[in-house]
Amino acid sequence: MADYNPFNLLGKTIFITGASSGIGRSTALECSKLGAVLIVTGRNEERLNETLSMLSGIGHQAIVGDLLNSEFRDELVKQLPKLDGFVNNAGINITNTVKFIKTDQLDEILDINVKIPILLTKEILKAGKLNNFASVVFTASIAGVYRTSMGNSMYSAAKAAIHGFMRNAALEMANQKIRVNSVNPGMIDTELVGKGNITDEQYEADRLKYPLKRYGKAQEVSWAIIYLLSDASAWTTGTAMVIDGGITLR
Amino acid sequence: MEIQQFISHIAEQFDETDPTTISEQTNFKELEDYSSLTALNILSVIDDEYDVNLKGDDIRNSTTILDLFNLVKSKVG
Repeated sequence: MADYNPFNLLGKTIFITGASSGIGRSTALECSKLGAVLIVTGRNEERLNETLSMLSGIGHQAIVGDLLNSEFRDELVKQLPKLDGFVNNAGINITNTVKFIKTDQLDEILDINVKIPILLTKEILKAGKLNNFASVVFTASIAGVYRTSMGNSMYSAAKAAIHGFMRNAALEMANQKIRVNSVNPGMIDTELVGKGNITDEQYEADRLKYPLKRYGKAQEVSWAIIYLLSDASAWTTGTAMVIDGGITLR
Repeated sequence: MEIQQFISHIAEQFDETDPTTISEQTNFKELEDYSSLTALNILSVIDDEYDVNLKGDDIRNSTTILDLFNLVKSKVG
């Protein structure tokens, strides 16, 4: 009885992007504790190696590089073993009001948050690196899909694009019994959430708007990702899983 | 940096208030159509026009447009 765990990841090989910090790092750590072998990638060598050193178990691998570079992506995809799980997590946030949007800001956020996850999914699929019954998970957001906020239009557009891609990819990839889902977190305390443009009072006020009266922890998103990676979700595909302390109830 | 031009950049961020009523002594956060969006637009226009990246706290700590002007002036490279 004590060993019963339908969410375990024993024997699964899982690839995670954006694993040098935040939700990506936390997901790598939690997956390793549940028995998975991880391949993690990120741009920051020092922090990625730090993630690698924190993983439980053996056989994990870190591959440092910039996914915007198509040669790096080619090399990466070649190096990847057959995968049971792929977490498309790398992302950035740039805020600006509609009136002041800059082309280079829009390019950067769409490249990293939309083009990379779409192209990488395509390249990994085409290279035959996803096993049958594999699970692909995108880190989307409540932004764009369920929620709006001032200054967040570019990020919302990017996450809404991922939402649309996730559902269509789920339909197509079901032919190979590959499942595709997303997690859609509310505000999480990670390095991505700079307090830049808002005051401490606004930050605190925003936090209290959440029915559960706090922002989320990266781990709490990781556990949802783990559900989607595990066989416990074998009949779940095309789903956007909201993890948001209840904020979309408002 | 020219104060009149600065005032007009800030005044442009208000959709309702008559810009001719806005001066360096205007307490901009007390204007009727000031909102969180106005605050973000003010940060953006200052970044665009003066290449100075102010924070929300800078807005909070400023009362008049002149306060903002002096702050930006102190940071212009």
